[in-house]
Amino acid sequence: MKNRSLVSINDYSKEEIIRILDLAEEFEKQPRQQILKGKVIASLFFEPSTRTRLSFESAAQQLGASVIGFSSAATTSVQKGETLKDTILTVSNYSDLIVMRHPVDGSARYASEVAPVPIINAGDGANQHPTQCLLDLYSIRKTQGTLDNLDITFVGDLKYGRTVHSLTMALCHFNTRFHLVSPVELKLPSAVKRHIKDAELQYEQYTDMNEVINKSDILYMTRIQRERFPDQLEYERVKNSYNLVNSMLTDAKSNLRILHPLPRVNEISTDVDSNPMAYYFQQALNGIYVRQALMASILDNK
Amino acid sequence: MSDKRKELIVSAISNGTVIDHIPTETVFQVIKILGLNKTKNQVYFGINLESKKYGSKGIIKISDKYFETEEINKIALVAPSATLIEIHDYEVFKKSSVRIPQNVNKIVKCFNPNCITNKEDVDTKFEVFYDESGSLKLSCHYCEKNTSKENIVFI
Ligand SMILES: [Zn+2]
Repeated sequence: MKNRSLVSINDYSKEEIIRILDLAEEFEKQPRQQILKGKVIASLFFEPSTRTRLSFESAAQQLGASVIGFSSAATTSVQKGETLKDTILTVSNYSDLIVMRHPVDGSARYASEVAPVPIINAGDGANQHPTQCLLDLYSIRKTQGTLDNLDITFVGDLKYGRTVHSLTMALCHFNTRFHLVSPVELKLPSAVKRHIKDAELQYEQYTDMNEVINKSDILYMTRIQRERFPDQLEYERVKNSYNLVNSMLTDAKSNLRILHPLPRVNEISTDVDSNPMAYYFQQALNGIYVRQALMASILDNK
Repeated sequence: MSDKRKELIVSAISNGTVIDHIPTETVFQVIKILGLNKTKNQVYFGINLESKKYGSKGIIKISDKYFETEEINKIALVAPSATLIEIHDYEVFKKSSVRIPQNVNKIVKCFNPNCITNKEDVDTKFEVFYDESGSLKLSCHYCEKNTSKENIVFI
């Protein structure tokens, strides 16, 4: 994977994904190693995302790399109308690797084609967010001991939720049984279902999550995001559709873990937080290790 | 009827290209895609012509003009059933079907307004596939969204 960009989770084979997860396990045991000393990592956040940015920057600094960049486009030459290509080419002069988040779909793929240095996509509009996907996979494997043959339930906005799309595609490598819970308006798009069918796997669709909680190994909750809706009336109609409360988990399998890409709004009640099945805060921490694994394998030939 | 006679339905051309079996409703699109509304060549077209295979069809004849593969690929997206006939001295010189290409580059806009190809000066690139109902879709190399056949806009 040396010097290769990661734009979409589909850029990696099953073996490459597993290699990153294995390496991330090593970093979890020992996150502070000076293996990227002398390397410069550019962190270009054309749209703000404090959570993702801090996770990347902390991951890089714990490995001894120095970090340059910006946390929003407002203070940069982008504001003066500079093209993405020019920004990327300029920053490539000063760095060994670029981590970028950008509000436009496909911007990361384009950047990876013009940049002489590798790109890690930290989210391009509504399209891809592959490091979130890797940390989700890491969290699933860590809590279940395996990625194979699991019953994985996605709840909420399956239409616009890019984390659901990426994770679904990645799980197609692992013989997953998919349970898809959403309002009718927010079903998983056919483009993503095509991947499930191509992998000859099964999925079932539901509107009521109570039907499926007790057979799930993973309950992956998502937020219904206002900004993804072209139609605000549609948003008002579905925004409160799914609210997980602790009493709904009484008869769940003991190995069930609840994941959520965060931040949550009201789809998980705070009374679930103290349940050992709640895993969403540890899940975010795992992001550090997979990002370290990724940067190390791109820059250090690990 | 011989091939030669059939061509006479609209008007015979001595040299050039006949594009036959175009769906009637996309004839004007084909004219636009190929830039025939701006050409200096003689162009004849017919719509709502009888067709045994399709019920109704359209036909376009362009004098003194032969097409490159890339130009023809553009037609295939709106008229996949079209037949291409090269005429040399009133005779059918070569007949071929248009082919839908595996990749469609530079000629179609991405339907997603938030795609980088609609925001900056980036050539579009698509992979062609068919969804479960069999309809043609273009998958954008950049934003990974699909543009369906009805939404295709040519650059
Ligand atoms: Zn696009």
